[in-house]
Amino acid sequence: MELVNDLLLFLPAAIVAVGGLTVMMLDGYKAKSRTIYTTTMAFLSVALVIATYDLFMREPQEIFSGMAGVGGTAAFGTFIVVFGTFFTVILTHDYLIGIKHNFPQVYPLLMFCTFGMIVLATAYDLVTIFVGLETMSICLYALAGIIRDKRLGVESALKYFVMGAFSTGFFLYGITLLYGATGSTSLAEIGAYTDGGLIYWGGVSMLLVAFMFKISAVPFHMWTPDVYTGSPTTITAYMSTAGKTASFVALVLVLDRAMPFITAELTAVFTIIALLTMILGNVVAMVQDNVKRMLAYSSIAHVGYLLVGLAAGSVAGYSAVLFYLLAYTFMNVGAFGVVAYYEKNHDVHFNNVESYAGLGYQHPIMGILLSIFLFSLAGIPISAGFNAKYLVFSAGIEAGLISLVVVGVLASAASAYYYLRVMVFLYFREAKEKVSLMKPRKVYSYSLAFLALLTLYFGVVPGGVTEIIFGYFSESAVAATAP
Amino acid sequence: METLLNITIYLPLLGVLGILAAKSDEAIRWIALAVTSVTFAISLPLIFNFDVAGSHIAQYVTETDSLVYGLDIKYIVGLDGLSLLLFMLTTLFGPIVVLSAWTSVKKHVGGFFAMLMLLQTGSLGVFASLDLVVFYVFFELTLIPMYFLIGIWGGADRIKATIKFFLYTLVGSLIMLVALVYVGYNAGAMINDGVFITDWRVLSGMDYQIGLVEQTWLFSAFALAFFIKVPLFPFHTWLPYAHTEAPTAGSVVLAAIMLKMGTYGLIRFCLPLFPNAMVEFAPFIALLAVIGIVYGALVAMVQKDVKKLVAYSSVSHLGFVVLGLFALNSIGVQGAIIQMINHGLSTGALFLIVGMIYDRRHSRMIEDFGGITGIMPVFAVFFLLATFASIGLPGLNGFVGEFLILMGAFTSETIDNIWFAIFATTGVILAAIYMLWMFRRVMFGPVIKEENKKLTDLNAREIGLLIPVMIFIIWIGIRPTHFTQFSEHQVTVLLEQAEEKRANVLEAANPTELPGWASRFYDITPNIAEFSKEDTNE
Repeated sequence: MELVNDLLLFLPAAIVAVGGLTVMMLDGYKAKSRTIYTTTMAFLSVALVIATYDLFMREPQEIFSGMAGVGGTAAFGTFIVVFGTFFTVILTHDYLIGIKHNFPQVYPLLMFCTFGMIVLATAYDLVTIFVGLETMSICLYALAGIIRDKRLGVESALKYFVMGAFSTGFFLYGITLLYGATGSTSLAEIGAYTDGGLIYWGGVSMLLVAFMFKISAVPFHMWTPDVYTGSPTTITAYMSTAGKTASFVALVLVLDRAMPFITAELTAVFTIIALLTMILGNVVAMVQDNVKRMLAYSSIAHVGYLLVGLAAGSVAGYSAVLFYLLAYTFMNVGAFGVVAYYEKNHDVHFNNVESYAGLGYQHPIMGILLSIFLFSLAGIPISAGFNAKYLVFSAGIEAGLISLVVVGVLASAASAYYYLRVMVFLYFREAKEKVSLMKPRKVYSYSLAFLALLTLYFGVVPGGVTEIIFGYFSESAVAATAP
Repeated sequence: METLLNITIYLPLLGVLGILAAKSDEAIRWIALAVTSVTFAISLPLIFNFDVAGSHIAQYVTETDSLVYGLDIKYIVGLDGLSLLLFMLTTLFGPIVVLSAWTSVKKHVGGFFAMLMLLQTGSLGVFASLDLVVFYVFFELTLIPMYFLIGIWGGADRIKATIKFFLYTLVGSLIMLVALVYVGYNAGAMINDGVFITDWRVLSGMDYQIGLVEQTWLFSAFALAFFIKVPLFPFHTWLPYAHTEAPTAGSVVLAAIMLKMGTYGLIRFCLPLFPNAMVEFAPFIALLAVIGIVYGALVAMVQKDVKKLVAYSSVSHLGFVVLGLFALNSIGVQGAIIQMINHGLSTGALFLIVGMIYDRRHSRMIEDFGGITGIMPVFAVFFLLATFASIGLPGLNGFVGEFLILMGAFTSETIDNIWFAIFATTGVILAAIYMLWMFRRVMFGPVIKEENKKLTDLNAREIGLLIPVMIFIIWIGIRPTHFTQFSEHQVTVLLEQAEEKRANVLEAANPTELPGWASRFYDITPNIAEFSKEDTNE
């Protein structure tokens, strides 16, 4: 009975998994791609409703004998992941038809991948984290190369796979060492261990290396630009938001529960990584001409800002990170969505920023939406992006990392340059040759408009959500062990 | 009245929706004009009901609950003596700017007026907000519409100009953001039970004092942001670009309103929060201001482009404002506040006038003109009036501000050197030279170019939009007290409080804990008696 009960609590993941199996079978029976898409959306809608309910109503508790959890950060992570997937599927459907590569296999893969992400975001045990991480990663390798006749796509899938396998090794080794040192894989029990020692530290560093790889922090970021550029655009949006959210939620949980006694040491580590990530991401993004590649480097830069929150090593920092992930999901899915729209219209798989010249005035709504998302990514006020950065940086200042924050805001100012550059082409330059864009489908533009609305909403009134997020850490181990 | 203030701020934003819904360009223009006119009309009760005697306390205050969980960031807006006039100036310029762009903007009309409306809301918010974070939000928000105004509707070199403008200002304000957050936590720890707070009324009060070392850094961060915005020499390099490339309406808003955000920020935030740093830095900044005055004037003299000339004259005039502020006596600060308004009116008028001639002739080069007086007599009258106001002719507004500022600089104890005032006075003389010389070359003499003979004089719309500006130019010139009365009391109170706070901080400072540079900079001589007492105790 307990298993059934746990499964009911774990409903969003269960629905997504069943949905994945169903659409896979539909594909096997040669159903129309339209049917598969509708079925996927049906399952995702139900999962989204339940995830939303969980987000507001569910009290934090453990399930599956403490291997995973519901409520709290788990519910938050699940919500973002399902939310991100929901919009990714809408955008992907249109995008794949637009570029005339309509593979229905993408839907079951997306569903299984989402299942992995939910497991990852809800895990309370290193083994569960590993299961989630691998389910997610394997599906992502396949998704990255889903367009088989595109050389860049295949290259990116292979690159992602090789590098991913490498980091998996690190992760497993880290678990092994930690188990050797502490005698457990449960986050709480590892957290209770205070003796240190070479084996323990070895385990911690291996684990962190694997995580840094998954969230693409410098110097483990090398795969990111190529994979993000080569993958289908909407899948890139998915990887950079839902995928990153799941990894980050797991990382926050690991830091909060399993490593509360070494926060001070980790602060030093994260400070250095955050510095490198912010500087490299922003500087390299500045010289990109390909919008997709620019967004890939910008996503590295955003990881840098997120790491400032982790470096703060406080409840405020961790809460800021979670809020950031939410905001980032809105704006980045949105930005990639508009990029995908322009891309499929141009019928070039090459997103050079110069081909955007003058596009802002055709179907102005898309140009306006892209501007909103880019301003939010740049962290200009009354956007969710500003509040997210504000919270992260203010947590940094509270923790005394002032020089890190100063570098952060300067990097953020530099980032405005390359986001604005896109708008320069959209609005300020005349098109060299006349390109006429298709009218965006209603559901496509409405989804993006909804995301923009959320971006602005959380830019104006972040209060409610921040309160909920702070609540997750009321029994935080970091807060309890803080001096 | 609280509601009225909020409506005034957000009505232009609602106007954006109306503009987006409008079908024709003509409708868009009328909506924009209606919205800005109504905004101005409903802002009038705010000045008529203003309690002049209590100007040091913010009036019409709206205060909400905390917006972000765990941090005392509240939406607080209200007007006091410092902000009232600038707020009114912004609403006054709303319809004027819309009218000035009536025919000259031909492409993407909806977007243009939507951006103007957005800019209006942002600017009003900057002057009305009494919470540092809310201030910051509005401060940044004004960048976006200006970025598009210059970038889409600007001149040939607009892209470079707009990016330069945006990045320059952004870097400054982001560094200010860090300082601002630090202040919030610091104040929270000191006076708000550890809860982050950025309410200006609390921070500017006597309870909150910042240590000397921190003041130095925080002042530098805040001041940098504002100096870039002003812009003070040597941070001015973005201004001539932005001004020259911006469309007329953009230049007017930039000169009349956005530059004032910098000087306004200095007096609103730097003075009450960092009085010690303000006093000690004053001579250096006064030096920069004087360099700016003379340098701006000299560069303006050799310009061939009328608009660029006016832009450099802005650098010179704002040097006066900064000099007045850092004189840190009530006469200087008072002069600076009225000079902000004056500069807004006279430079705003000059940009409008340059825009009018540009619309007709499609050139701003001085050499392309000559003898315009005979062809456009009405235009000549307005141009002359604006030129005289800009020079600071007695009887017009410019004189009042510059006179008070120079008085303040002469008698100032903080900058304590009359040479600042003497050199600044040459700025007035130079202003007469470059403005009158330009005026002579453009307006008098024979008509050299054939094209100029066909120019038509101002039409009713153009006369109508210039008349209100001219009224205020003359009004302030003749009866300055009608305007200075609003800030007089608050300036006195602010300066007294700052002085008291400064003394308190100095007294509380422990010379033994201060680093050497700080005790030298703030001129703290270690108390020998206390030293020896401590030594014996150990």
